[in-house]
Amino acid sequence: MKVILRQPRREIELEGVRRVSDLLRRLDVVAESVLVIRGDELLTVDEPLAEDDVVELRPVISGGGS
Amino acid sequence: MKCRVCREKAVIQVRRHNANFCRPHFIDHVRRQVERTIADYRMIRPGDRLLLGVSGGKDSLALWDILTELGYRVDGVYLHLGIGDYSSDSLRLSQAFAAERDLHLRVVDLPEEYGFSVPEAARASRRNACSACGLSKRYILNRVAVDGGYDTLVMGHNLDDEAATLFSNVLQWNLEYLARQHPVLPASDGLAKKIKPLIRVAERETAAYAVLSGIEYEVEECPMVAGNTINRYKEWLNRLEEESPGIKAQFLKGFLDRGSKAFRDGTAPELVPCETCGSPTTGKVCAFCRLRDVTAVDLRRRESA
Repeated sequence: MKVILRQPRREIELEGVRRVSDLLRRLDVVAESVLVIRGDELLTVDEPLAEDDVVELRPVISGGGS
Repeated sequence: MKCRVCREKAVIQVRRHNANFCRPHFIDHVRRQVERTIADYRMIRPGDRLLLGVSGGKDSLALWDILTELGYRVDGVYLHLGIGDYSSDSLRLSQAFAAERDLHLRVVDLPEEYGFSVPEAARASRRNACSACGLSKRYILNRVAVDGGYDTLVMGHNLDDEAATLFSNVLQWNLEYLARQHPVLPASDGLAKKIKPLIRVAERETAAYAVLSGIEYEVEECPMVAGNTINRYKEWLNRLEEESPGIKAQFLKGFLDRGSKAFRDGTAPELVPCETCGSPTTGKVCAFCRLRDVTAVDLRRRESA
């Protein structure tokens, strides 16, 4: 499957990812810090993923502040 | 996962509320959270003229949408920081949002109107960029609110922003900042009232709200923000949240309900008008005018070199 990462935008290919929770674990990403987006839908952690899926992992942390 | 309200397929899990929501019920949930926050803290009086600080990011655009949907008439102010493509992109997104909904967006151009950009100010003052930016934003947004006759400046700080700031202020026991951290800061001489209606909505939820409402926002991070301390604290707090859902909200709510009054007594410094611009300050010349002066000197020096 194709995974789109942001900040900056780039793409990686992963194989054998069965669910959103697997994807987050593989990339060592905390669910609270990202949205997982497929097309125009948001995916919950239990959502099954297919080999031909294109999924965006969009970070939600922004802002900075002093 | 099924929506807590209608049992349809859920699109988001909100673990600290032990709830999953479908799209319409999540949008409704977020709006209710904001409505409750505004009521609980008596943030807005009927007829108040409201000005929202708009960055083009998820928080300010989601908040503009929420407030409009709740029936408030809110103008926006966008501050162009002079950070290359990032600033132009976020301005474009803010303008598109306002135009689609027939909302009024004021634009202030920092380089054009004040003679310097955030990168220039950071370089000249040896502050980090986020600090120079924060200082400029606070100063100019307040100025626009006061000069424009607005009653209240509305800011899009979310639960994570406030929890991470609190964490930072506690780590450093910064009593002055702890005394000032509150979702409602009343107006005082030269300072507009300031409110933060998103403090009960987590950062992930404002992002989800924006995506689910079809709001196009600036997804890329500001290029000057790399390694920012507050963002690192947010990441750590999210690791804690993963282990203990609700810990961020508890940390902030506990402070606001029980902790903050202990810091508020007697720590507020006296404010006097800045000798240069007249804005309230604790010194003779306010921090923004000092930043502006030091940047102007630096820019002249570089030009003649």
